[in-house]
Amino acid sequence: MFVIECPWCGKRDQSEFITHGEAHIARPTNGHEMTDAEWGDYVFFRDNPKGITRERWIHTHGCARWFNVMRHTVTEEIFATYKPTDPKPELPEGSE
Amino acid sequence: MSQYRLKQGGRIDRNKSVSFVFNGKRYQGCEGDTLASALLANGVHLVSRSFKYHRPRGIMGHGWEDPNAQIQLEKGAFTTPNVFATIQELYNGLEAESQNCWPSVEKDIGAINSMLSRFYVAGFYYKTFKWPRAAWETLYEKVIRRAAGMGKVPELPDPHRYEHMHAYCDLAIVGAGPAGIAAALTAAKSGKRIMLIEDAPELGGSLLGEPGTIDGAPSDQWLASAKAELDAAENVTVLTRTQVAGYYDYNYLVASERVTHHLSPNTPSKAPRERLWKIRAERVVLATGAIERPMVFADNDRPGIMMASSVMAYINHYGVCPGQKIVVFTNNDSAYRAAAAMQDAGASVVVVDVRAEVDEALKAKFEVHCGAGITGVDYSVKNGIRSVDVHAISADGSTIEGPGSTIECDLVAQSAGWQPTVHLHTQARGKLNWDADRLCFVPNGTHVVNPNTSVGAANGTFGLADVMAEGAAAAKSLLAELSVDVEAVVPSAAENHAFGSIRELWIVPTTHPVGEGKKKHFHEYQNDATAADVWLAKREGFESVEHLKRYTNTGRGTDQGKLSNVNGLAIMAGARGLTVPEVGFTTFRPPYTPLTFGAVMGQTNDDTFTPARQTAMHQCHVERGAVFEDVGDWKRPWYFPKHGESMHDAVQRECLAVRQSVGVLDASTLGKIDIKGKDARKFLNMLYTNNWSKLGEGRCRYGLMVNEHGMVFDDGVTTCIGEDHFHMTTTTGGAARVMTWIEEWLQTEWPDWEVYATSVTEQWSVLSINGPKSRELLAELTDIDLSSEAFPFMSMREGNVCGVPARVYRISFTGELTYEVNVPARYGRYVWEQVFKAGEKYDIVPYGTEAMHVLRAEKGFIIAGQDTDGTMTPMDLGMDWIVGKKEDAIGRRSWSRSDTSRAGRKQLVGLLTQDPNVVLPEGTHAVSRVLPAPPMDMIGHVTSSYMSPNCGRSIAMGLIKDGLNRMGQTIDFVLMDGTSVPAKIVKPIFFDEAGERGRD
Ligand SMILES: [Zn+2]
Repeated sequence: MFVIECPWCGKRDQSEFITHGEAHIARPTNGHEMTDAEWGDYVFFRDNPKGITRERWIHTHGCARWFNVMRHTVTEEIFATYKPTDPKPELPEGSE
Repeated sequence: MSQYRLKQGGRIDRNKSVSFVFNGKRYQGCEGDTLASALLANGVHLVSRSFKYHRPRGIMGHGWEDPNAQIQLEKGAFTTPNVFATIQELYNGLEAESQNCWPSVEKDIGAINSMLSRFYVAGFYYKTFKWPRAAWETLYEKVIRRAAGMGKVPELPDPHRYEHMHAYCDLAIVGAGPAGIAAALTAAKSGKRIMLIEDAPELGGSLLGEPGTIDGAPSDQWLASAKAELDAAENVTVLTRTQVAGYYDYNYLVASERVTHHLSPNTPSKAPRERLWKIRAERVVLATGAIERPMVFADNDRPGIMMASSVMAYINHYGVCPGQKIVVFTNNDSAYRAAAAMQDAGASVVVVDVRAEVDEALKAKFEVHCGAGITGVDYSVKNGIRSVDVHAISADGSTIEGPGSTIECDLVAQSAGWQPTVHLHTQARGKLNWDADRLCFVPNGTHVVNPNTSVGAANGTFGLADVMAEGAAAAKSLLAELSVDVEAVVPSAAENHAFGSIRELWIVPTTHPVGEGKKKHFHEYQNDATAADVWLAKREGFESVEHLKRYTNTGRGTDQGKLSNVNGLAIMAGARGLTVPEVGFTTFRPPYTPLTFGAVMGQTNDDTFTPARQTAMHQCHVERGAVFEDVGDWKRPWYFPKHGESMHDAVQRECLAVRQSVGVLDASTLGKIDIKGKDARKFLNMLYTNNWSKLGEGRCRYGLMVNEHGMVFDDGVTTCIGEDHFHMTTTTGGAARVMTWIEEWLQTEWPDWEVYATSVTEQWSVLSINGPKSRELLAELTDIDLSSEAFPFMSMREGNVCGVPARVYRISFTGELTYEVNVPARYGRYVWEQVFKAGEKYDIVPYGTEAMHVLRAEKGFIIAGQDTDGTMTPMDLGMDWIVGKKEDAIGRRSWSRSDTSRAGRKQLVGLLTQDPNVVLPEGTHAVSRVLPAPPMDMIGHVTSSYMSPNCGRSIAMGLIKDGLNRMGQTIDFVLMDGTSVPAKIVKPIFFDEAGERGRD
């Protein structure tokens, strides 16, 4: 059960949040020009790292805002939380 | 007083006699006893029968480590199975029974299992009860249930109350023994929020069983002053009778407090029976102590064989010495302290020590057999233990030597070393190191997301002075991490026993090879597994520790193997020729000790199980006799039976009334989202499959939402309220999902678009007035011009209804002439009653969700989530007309993917059974060819099916492979009883195909 720092509200219990998977997947604006394989890659394929991942979370039972979490999938360490419009934070030192 | 109750000493009150009943027999104990100490004071060791062999078993320990003394407490609604007699505090009138034995613990018929023991080897249930399958129902399950009966579940509702408590602290200290108390005394000075959590009724931990001298005074005195100091500190919360059962990520502790659970069920109290604490702690000190390990020797499971430290605890804590002639069997120094306590209590003591060399100072007070082991136990249910056999053990520990001897005794007190209680440490993802000098796993001190420190015996530190110094130092350094500087308060202890030496001997040999003769070497008591079972597991390839655990059930009982785990691993290590750390350690999972269902549920029971949402008109429906159904969290009227009508009759009547005169549905539960902003229209074009560019002010449009896979997930009508302002409706169950979906796109993909979405579901009360008389009725109540010219189908007008400001939408989910009257929620009940008063002359009826379903199905309108299942495109639903011509929208590109656009997908069609009186059950499968038995080739299923009074026959919809190309064909549906029903594939519209009624 994580403690997650909402960029707007501060530290809150995980039970206030829902995650919706990998972040930083821009929606293609030229879908109609893409092959099935390219479009399928956008729709279906996600990284599943054993290590650091960046994922989208929403503070459902709070401010209802979306934001991103940089988390280690094995240790569950959360290195950063940041707004969707913020730049990607640097990976912690010594990681992949 | 019995011969086992000591004349003095202990923390019990000899002047307060407590009467209790065990297995039908009345006994006397003292206030301050546990059930176990009171039984031992009465000379009762035999408390249960073992799981497989039904061997007699006795009290071994004095806490949660005891594998045997688990009883059924009380009767009726209060009855609780698997109560630990070693934990249960004695109260007047307590009644308890042994579990797992019939007809009685003394005469146990199941003991015949013992004679069949060769069938009951490890993994027996996987092997013996495998085949034939039919025998499972008739025989095996009954046999297993009988054999395995670990207590009985109460058959009556629990009359007691439970609650959950959320707490936050800077430092949580788990365990109030000397280490935990030292940590708390130091931390108390910090002013930070501190919690000290102890499972026992009082503070003290090991000091209760083995008192010492602290700060120059007896430890009892020190405990009293420490307690007073902590109670007085406002920043310290001390919880007793509270077990931390789970340690979850980010220092989240779950603990169960026995508020009144330990008392008689007849105690009048307004307090809950148990309170479940959910504690978030910045830092955690684990001062959970250590558990003594038993020896694995011949017939080591006999009642009257106890842990040495437990015998000492019964003497010092409870004033009970459970034997008078005691053999202490050990491989290490600590048992000599227990032996001294036994001698002081008046028992005669002989020590059998497997070590050839024992420190002279230790030996001085006792008759000691060095380099020897117990090789047999003379035990009977009637007489208990009468003697043990002792032989010299070879230097390599594999065999016995010499003729041996017999020592008369009535109790065996054993110690094979200590295992720090690392359960919470490993739950917190902590790793373990093997300490080869002291033969135990110790925390390795590292952590990532759960900052904690193990101290004292939990950290493999055993000397009293060292333990307290470690507790104080840990509190100081953890608080320093929170930027608080405190001085470590280190109490001084007179005692600081060195660990001394220990001999590694995991199996004590006997007069026959282990596993091949009559005597059994148990390593796991509760699940009846022996050293020979571990070897069998190894021979059969189940040699990893996780396999071993499942194959032999080591550590899988209600005691979670607190005595058995390390012995099991070590025996496996020996069998594989590896060291203990090389075979590894199984994962400890929560809970550390059993939690009751009551504690887990807390106050979420009956009415408070889940929140219920009610519309503003709810009371109107109650008064009209509505039967409600749950839709999401909403309570919606399902149907309105009149004069004892059946559901079927009520629904048929409601459906006819809507099409013949007028009916009203409470549609307030539909999701409603207000959408505003200069990019709102652009956003709707992305969100819906159809085109919103030209929707004029005051006009409504139906829309389908698909996800990026192109699959339908919600639908509803959205209305243009004004320039850049829209009112969206969603399904009742999908409202929150759609809101989240909208916000996800707006916040993460198009943050620069100016669109504001606001949930207004609860701001509006909605009356959906349907039927040919609806215009006449509404005209009496409103100032809005209802003529078709002024107020055409699929438009919205604002005005007053019953004198209340309203938005009226001319949209329909029944195909009838319909006005959906939206008024501010607080007027809902008033307007509803006014509408019904005015509607009396038209025989107005309220109708529920069931009639709504029938009416919409007559028109072939889908319900997202019922007629769709997340794999349907708009084209699959035959709704190509709703797919606008635009370059981009969410999910649009996916429709041309090879799989989504292929021929032969399942498609939504209407279904008419050959026999108009047969209603196909929803979910019934269609098959390409009916065979005598499954499997058959399934080609689809029924999604909606009703008896339609307006069509005068049954109607259905379903998803059928290539259905749109099979119009007019008859296919077969197979029912659960194997019979089949033929039905014709038709267009999914059964009533008013031209759609004239709603447009009138
Ligand atoms: Zn927030």
